[in-house]
Amino acid sequence: MSARARALTLGFERKDPVQVPAPFEYARATSVDNALELLQQLGPEARLLAGGYSLLPMMKLRLAAPEYLIDIDGLASELGYIRESDGEVRIGAMTRHRELLESELLATRLPIFTDAERVIADPVVRNRGTIGGALCQADPAEDLSAVCAAVGAQMVIRGRNVERTVGMREFQRGPYETAVGEAEMLVEIRVALDPNLGSAYEKVERRVGDWAVTAAGAAVTLSGGIVTRAGIALAAVGAEVTSVEAENALVGKAPTDELLAEAARFAAAACSPASDQRGSAEYKRHVAGVLTHRALRRAVARALGREA
Amino acid sequence: MATTEERPIGFGRMKRKEDARFIRGQGNYVDDVQLPGMLHGAILRSPVAHARIVSIDTSAALQHPKVHAVITGKDLEGLNLAWMPTLSYDTQAVLATDKVRFQGQEVAFVIADDRYSARDALELIDVEYDTLPAVVNARKALDADAPVIRDDKENQTDNHIFDWESGDRAATDEVFARADVVVEQDMLYPRSHPAPMETCGAVADMDKVSGKLTLWCTTQAPHAHRTVYALVAGLPEHKIRVISPDIGGGFGNKVPVYPGYVCAVVGSIVTGKPVKWMEDRSENLMSTGFARDYVMKGGIAATREGKITGIRVDVIADHGAFNATAQPTKYPAGFFHVFTGSYDIEAAHCKVTGVYTNKAPGGVAYACSFRVTEAVYLVERMVDCLADELGIDPAELRLRNLLRPDQFPYECKTGWVYDSGDYERTLRKAMEIIGYEQLRREQAELRGRGALMGIGVGFFTEAVGAGPRKHMDILGLGMNDGAELRIHPTGKAQLSLSVQTQGQGHETTFAQIVAEELGIPPEDIDVVHGDTDTTPYGLGTYGSRSTPVSGAATALAARKARDKARIVASAMLEVAPDDLEWEKGRWFVKGDPEKGATIQEIAMAAHGVIELPAGVEGGLDAETVYDPPNLTFPFGAYICVVDVDPDTAKVKVRRFVAVDDCGTRINPMIIEGQVHGGLTDGVGMALMELIAFDEDGNCLGGSLMDYLIPTALECPDWETDHTVTPSPHHPIGAKGIGESATVGSPPTIVNAIVDALKPYGVRHIDMPCTPSRVWDAMQGKAAPPQ
Amino acid sequence: MQVTVSINDQEYTRDVEPRMLLVHFLRDELGLTGTHWGCDTSNCGTCVVLMDGEPVKSCTLLAATAAGHEIKTVEGLEVDGVLDPVQQGFTEMHGLQCGFCTPGMMLTARALLDRNPNPTEEEIREAISGQICRCTGYATIVRSVRWAAEHPAAPAPSSEEVTA
Repeated sequence: MSARARALTLGFERKDPVQVPAPFEYARATSVDNALELLQQLGPEARLLAGGYSLLPMMKLRLAAPEYLIDIDGLASELGYIRESDGEVRIGAMTRHRELLESELLATRLPIFTDAERVIADPVVRNRGTIGGALCQADPAEDLSAVCAAVGAQMVIRGRNVERTVGMREFQRGPYETAVGEAEMLVEIRVALDPNLGSAYEKVERRVGDWAVTAAGAAVTLSGGIVTRAGIALAAVGAEVTSVEAENALVGKAPTDELLAEAARFAAAACSPASDQRGSAEYKRHVAGVLTHRALRRAVARALGREA
Repeated sequence: MATTEERPIGFGRMKRKEDARFIRGQGNYVDDVQLPGMLHGAILRSPVAHARIVSIDTSAALQHPKVHAVITGKDLEGLNLAWMPTLSYDTQAVLATDKVRFQGQEVAFVIADDRYSARDALELIDVEYDTLPAVVNARKALDADAPVIRDDKENQTDNHIFDWESGDRAATDEVFARADVVVEQDMLYPRSHPAPMETCGAVADMDKVSGKLTLWCTTQAPHAHRTVYALVAGLPEHKIRVISPDIGGGFGNKVPVYPGYVCAVVGSIVTGKPVKWMEDRSENLMSTGFARDYVMKGGIAATREGKITGIRVDVIADHGAFNATAQPTKYPAGFFHVFTGSYDIEAAHCKVTGVYTNKAPGGVAYACSFRVTEAVYLVERMVDCLADELGIDPAELRLRNLLRPDQFPYECKTGWVYDSGDYERTLRKAMEIIGYEQLRREQAELRGRGALMGIGVGFFTEAVGAGPRKHMDILGLGMNDGAELRIHPTGKAQLSLSVQTQGQGHETTFAQIVAEELGIPPEDIDVVHGDTDTTPYGLGTYGSRSTPVSGAATALAARKARDKARIVASAMLEVAPDDLEWEKGRWFVKGDPEKGATIQEIAMAAHGVIELPAGVEGGLDAETVYDPPNLTFPFGAYICVVDVDPDTAKVKVRRFVAVDDCGTRINPMIIEGQVHGGLTDGVGMALMELIAFDEDGNCLGGSLMDYLIPTALECPDWETDHTVTPSPHHPIGAKGIGESATVGSPPTIVNAIVDALKPYGVRHIDMPCTPSRVWDAMQGKAAPPQ
Repeated sequence: MQVTVSINDQEYTRDVEPRMLLVHFLRDELGLTGTHWGCDTSNCGTCVVLMDGEPVKSCTLLAATAAGHEIKTVEGLEVDGVLDPVQQGFTEMHGLQCGFCTPGMMLTARALLDRNPNPTEEEIREAISGQICRCTGYATIVRSVRWAAEHPAAPAPSSEEVTA
């Protein structure tokens, strides 16, 4: 993916007041293969248009101005699914937020998705916005990136003649930057299922629909009362893809509340929040700790089958 | 015709007549106006807060195949239109000539075939700026080294606009000197924005042949605007027609004349075609009339027993780059001097200093009733600070100080004469509805467990319904409004008004006023408004003035018609007028009720052939221009419950009880709607709304992603009730309600939040109380947002 | 390019630029001005229409993308002179003041009731939480939707029931 959107800074630095995108050429993809073909043909000035809620607002503010838009709305059936297969949940990249929110499978096996979707954007946006679009926009405050990182999701990226799978650490290169290259597209997200895995998401926002002030996702796998795997990922606070020190503090130990609190402290200490209108850096760091602790508590309770 | 509960003939709950078109999507808003050959305008705005304009190159924009014209300040200078007068006797740039003075200021106007090309063309205009340091903090605007913003004004050597005082400083100082207790508190009413869902705009259509300009415009005051255009543009006033079609919310945002309107007019003259200009949301938030921005230092003096003796306040008023506020000429700080509140005090004094800053012009907007929001916030927060200092329950403290009914009409220490009030009754009602004692018990229990629950009390008195022409004018136009009533031969009627509804339901409520006076059913009365060619002159709708002023005019016009009807009826029934008695809808012979004439029958006769006494003209029409003898003083008692998460400091409004007294109630359903809307404003301002700036003057609140407005999930189910204390000087005893809840709710919610944080020893926290700012307060680090 | 969109069960074809947003297509090309716009950042929701029965923000949708879907605007709520219960509800319960957010609110209400004929107050508030009203304070909107839930339209008669 070549044309990058410049960061939508909170300083709202815009030259001109506009409401409509700059002109572009338009093509409708009929299949994934066709979309990849078009991407290759049209080159780096082409962008994929999925739900539109990440890209079109940027274009309306003239922060992004691709020359070509490849509309993949027609791929919603090909790439819109949530299914269990080979011990994994597989989610098509065009799956809408609403479908994720309403998925029985996710609610029972990976409720971190359900928790997050409840507080992502608003119900109208959730009808159209897609997981692929959200992940590929890679806004640092974006929730599904943290969710996928916490559960150790694998990203399936397809090119013209090749398909590769990468973890979140490789997928998330930085703000607004992913591993999806030119003439490639994200097609699927895969998460390993484990009956002993519990997960949860917590978020503080100034108002419903706002980007997170701070958010934390946790996924904990237990075996014989001991943590065998822990995934902790924060959104909106300049954290690493996952909070490694916090995760390491948990693995191999019994998840007592003191231990969870300690992990939360590590996570909070390791992030780099910025002060802005959403909150001071100090506040965000404080809440990172609070929410990590809450998310870990609920993840553990769910792993133990003690909470819906 | 019998009045029923569902279809009252007169006051009562009735469904709105205007709904029929809105629920079908057939409202006619300015952007819905499409005229043949219409072109579209877009404004190029300054990206910086303060800079000299070095050059403007429009050549590339003019090359765009769909662009018809590009207008700059230089072009307007030739027409003497580069600057225009503001509603405060200042001047404002229509398009910048020498400098830009706030981020978002208008620099050039492009006219193109369609709205997309107009915006494309903006990017083709090249402006070179020489950036200057910006004045962003109003507290520093008068520093010796502050850059002078208005160097365009002769004799302006600093950023000072005005000083204004009210009350008796000496008496107040004396009261404070001998007081048992004095509490002082700095507080900020931060900059917010009315942000109606429909932005501002206009369609200008200059007919070259007739010389008549028709201007569809989002204006709350079409007649006043017409006069302003006549003065500014040198167009004869009878050749200007301003039409406010349906307006998607005003809230004071649509009172000023904006540069975009003037550009649209010039554009139509220049191109010979209709020109539409509709701003987008960022323009609305960054350049149109903001609200509030008062930096206040308050003080309250009292006895140890909690008897308030004095209130004083010094204010720095941030007016932005041009003084464009709308308020009566004699009152540059609006009605702020009603900060004396609802209490019986011995002395009061305020001083307001207005300053220029490199920010958008404005200040009076967002249902402030001309700064009454600021005044009520100040006094209600100070009373709570006093309660905190004395350790007295805030409701109890208010009960000890509220004005008593026998004190009305009450002349307060800054000169207002409050018309009527029975305050204690209203406060006790609110306390009973919410279960105040029970809530305090619950709070004590929750506090014991570390939970943060807060109960906030607020009591307000507004001063609305401007106003008496002797005291109140805007740009020399007295604030009187008219009403014209025509009753047709078949007994149907048309009422033409000068006020301008933006959702307040005038098409229904004003018909109800006529119905109450004459007994003509509201569905038989058509209310006409918004077209200056067909309606009487007036100053428009804002400051809750429609019911107090035009409502009075309407009732009086209806009474004139009724008096005329009596004479016609006496001719019809061949009795003397004194032998007739009125019951709603008919005059009948005293003692012989079967013998009478309905208003409809009288209407036909009035237009007919019946012989009328000498000097009595035919027809049943009547008109009035109403000069109010005084303002009206709606009041209310509000109580709010909040819960604050001790770890994340997130505030949730759990309950809100509002008991309002707006005097005589015309339509309870509409009154309730007005209150609900205002309470939501309170949640917005108290918790999330802020037009913020960085130190370079970049506006950080320029989109609805940054400027947060409450959704349905932030608002509880509002609990409202009322008391009725009619205004003795108003023909129907009504006081107005439009802004009451916006005035009363912010301090009530802040009082609740501060109350919740009592365990942390918090005395005050400035709005907006976002989680981060509340958390700062809990750490002992409360600070104003700007 | 030519774009054909089905709106309120009728097809409309116009020649427009690819970047034309559905909201402008509806308002400026087709004169269906019941759908409004109020912001630049997909926040206000005054542009909400139904696409395949679900609320979407037409300011964040290309007209070209809407092709191949079924769009319903406020103009499509009233059928053969019969108001939709949500339209009646908004009038009964004072669910509107200036009317600007109303078309979007009513369409979202319609979609909600089609999925969930008896929503709670909380569910209604959640459903409209992506749309801002500056006038009503939302409580009367909730009541309006509840009214519509309690007064659903009479079901259309089946073909057997319609007498010749």
